[in-house]
Amino acid sequence: MLPMFDYLKPRSLDDALALIATTPKAFPIAGGTNLLVDVRSGKVQPEALVEVGFLDELCGIRKEGGEIVIGAGTTIAELLSDPMIESQLPVLHAASTTFANTLIRNRATIGGNLANNAPCADTAPALLVLDASVELASVRGKRSIKLEEFLTSPFETVRAVDELILAVRVSVPPRAAIGRFRKMGLRKISCMAKVDVAVLLDFNSEGICVDARIAMGAASPVARRAVDAEATLVGNPLHPERIRRAADQTAQAAVPRPGSEYKQQVVRSMVTKLLDDIAREGGDRRG
Amino acid sequence: MADPITITLRVNTRVHNIGVEPRATLLHTLRELGHTDVKNGCEIGECGACAVLLNGEPVNSCMVLAVQADGATITTNAGLGTMEKPHLIQAAFADAGAVQCGFCTPGMVIATKALLDRNPNPSEHEIREALSGNLCRCTGYGQIVDGVKLAAKRLASSRQTGGASC
Ligand SMILES: Cc1cc2nc3c(=O)[nH]c(=O)nc-3n(C[C@H](O)[C@H](O)[C@H](O)COP(=O)(O)OP(=O)(O)OC[C@H]3O[C@@H](n4cnc5c(N)ncnc54)[C@H](O)[C@@H]3O)c2cc1C
Ligand code: FES
Ligand code: FES
Repeated sequence: MLPMFDYLKPRSLDDALALIATTPKAFPIAGGTNLLVDVRSGKVQPEALVEVGFLDELCGIRKEGGEIVIGAGTTIAELLSDPMIESQLPVLHAASTTFANTLIRNRATIGGNLANNAPCADTAPALLVLDASVELASVRGKRSIKLEEFLTSPFETVRAVDELILAVRVSVPPRAAIGRFRKMGLRKISCMAKVDVAVLLDFNSEGICVDARIAMGAASPVARRAVDAEATLVGNPLHPERIRRAADQTAQAAVPRPGSEYKQQVVRSMVTKLLDDIAREGGDRRG
Repeated sequence: MADPITITLRVNTRVHNIGVEPRATLLHTLRELGHTDVKNGCEIGECGACAVLLNGEPVNSCMVLAVQADGATITTNAGLGTMEKPHLIQAAFADAGAVQCGFCTPGMVIATKALLDRNPNPSEHEIREALSGNLCRCTGYGQIVDGVKLAAKRLASSRQTGGASC
């Protein structure tokens, strides 16, 4: 049996925000795939759970101009079956294909994944290369924060205890941009990442890289971009020498836990593989 | 102190109006209501033995609070077929040797049902992916994959002859 807690189902977003602000030790619950495990283990001891995933403001995926807004209550299964995510945000689609397993994906939400901020959260590196913002709301009002600033330390974010994530907002990358994601875990599927890497590259018609973003998860206390490696790629064709340097720089930007230094080597080879593949396909396309 | 909350669950052919504590998982509640074909393996979302269809989607019932399922339609393995009149998937599992101790089987059958509803002719990769949340300690998975393939084959031929759908 789980320990005792109250369960509150709000009538509206305002109602939810008021409940979270006024109820002592109230936690939002969406899919429950982190929270119920943590309640069972005693890691968190809520007095009340407030259901949030179903609220209109947290539901659905929509296009707003050149941006895509993903409700925080969107499940990983919904991300996977959304044609707009697959065609316009392939890096996030790819991250979702590596996420947990089919049963968990039907409950786990994108908002819960970011709010929990495990170092190995799979959506984080994909959303970092998409330069995502997190939209928050509380009784005090709304604010929007870059994901990079939102994720502070393992299992900690800038979210105040009475704030809800409403949505994640990303700019749609240019049509020709190439987004890729790779995850290394103990199994091929249904496992937490030991390392994951997301890349998003854009090239001009001469094959010069005009925008480069590389992010990694699980190799550092929080998922992070590798800005030095990105700078190495921008302004140049994707030649083997550049790839080697960018892979080295990404590995150097990783800060694995003591005893997990091997992850730097994994990062290096994963970045090399991803960039080699893109270079080869680019050559195939042009040649 | 958390008071019981009154909820309605439609489980297979039965409708339950019951009071539950907020902390009761759907898994516990179903088992207490007699739906003991839903198995309790790990209670932390790792094994899939507790899988049910929640409004048609396969989920781990240990990862859902009963109060969160208020108003939902739930299908368990026993809701698909019985010993006397097994479901096509259940019969195919038995015939393919996909059942040893049987503990994982209800969850495997539920995951298979969800797969074949969406994709009646899955590849081996798609089968393995669909069963990725279900652990089996006995079979080594080979026969389970065979069982799903056999079910898909029988489903296709029953459809050709105008027989029952999955
Ligand atoms: C078997 C298993 C496998 C898993 N595999 C993976 C994996 O491969 N990759 C991965 O990244 N994760 C994995 N996870 C972890 C988990 O499924 C994800 O982190 C999931 O996205 C959490 O979402 P949720 O909706 O279930 O969150 P919940 O458990 O409902 O909530 C998690 C935390 O976020 C808070 N919260 C939820 N929604 C909001 C909101 N809208 N605003 C503010 N706070 C909110 C809650 O209060 C809680 O603190 C796995 C978990 C299990 C049990
Ligand atoms: S008992 Fe629910 S997943 Fe194991
Ligand atoms: S048959 Fe025993 S666990 Fe699968």
